[in-house]
Amino acid sequence: MTAFEPGDRVRVRAAEKPGHVRTPGYLKGKEGRIDSVLGTFRSPEDLAYGLSGEPERPLYKVEFLQTEVWDGYQGPASDRLYADLYEQWLEREGGAS
Amino acid sequence: MSEGHPHEEIRHESSPYAARIRAIEALLLEKGVLTEPEIQDRIAYMEARSPANGARLVARAWVDPEFKERLLSDTKGAAQELGIDASGPVEFVVVENTPAVHNLIVCTLCSCYPRAILGRPPDWYKSFEYRSRAVREPHAVMREFGFEPPEGVEVAVHDSTADIRYMVLPMRPPGTQDMNEEQLAELVTRDSLIGVSVPATQGNNGSALQRLPRSVRRDT
Repeated sequence: MTAFEPGDRVRVRAAEKPGHVRTPGYLKGKEGRIDSVLGTFRSPEDLAYGLSGEPERPLYKVEFLQTEVWDGYQGPASDRLYADLYEQWLEREGGAS
Repeated sequence: MSEGHPHEEIRHESSPYAARIRAIEALLLEKGVLTEPEIQDRIAYMEARSPANGARLVARAWVDPEFKERLLSDTKGAAQELGIDASGPVEFVVVENTPAVHNLIVCTLCSCYPRAILGRPPDWYKSFEYRSRAVREPHAVMREFGFEPPEGVEVAVHDSTADIRYMVLPMRPPGTQDMNEEQLAELVTRDSLIGVSVPATQGNNGSALQRLPRSVRRDT
């Protein structure tokens, strides 16, 4: 079971976590849409420190509009950016997940 | 910048990082974490991979629609069909260019790349410049590679931030109906598998023309 499904509107948590994370800073706080569920993977945030990485975490391909990611984006308004983000970094748009 | 390829000047051979890697390697050997044969095996594995693998996959997909579907839905399986061993824990996703969407791959956090298929990434792919600019100004970056998507085409940038490695399936260039699979594979450049450009043909602009494989250039 995953918390989100394709089409769901989400926001990337604007949280700070020290150490190894796979959520790029430029997407924190940005709103996007779940494009697809990529599967579950052992958490790289723990694997990086020799831990088991368990339990496996759902990983999503999240779609963003470039014009919503960057101020003054130079390109067509339909341009998109996709990033692979772990469930713990996503919240439902407009509230906590 | 006027040269169009500022990225390619970046070299790391004599950097402090190289010295550090050699020191770490020596320590890993000394402490018995790794053996010399294991390191050599790994180097051989990586050297055996190259963008030519990607080119073969793309060319087969261009001539065989059913293979294309398998490449898009099960990349590892499709690679295995051509004798390319991409097994391992890493997952692959192939994104298809269409008349409506052009795809571009980057890893902003490090240098994630489909190494099990394409081998080592080019130096510019790992540079801070490419990693920061590809997400923020993809059009400017592609222009520097001599490519500009046609008007109305959506650019989709894929930041491979986690456990998936991405490769682009470019569109088959026009005017290649008479080419066989092997000739088609020669058109597929490493850059076109990353998405900073498209396969080179006489229909492209001048800078792309200069990157044509010799055998094709002779005929143009």
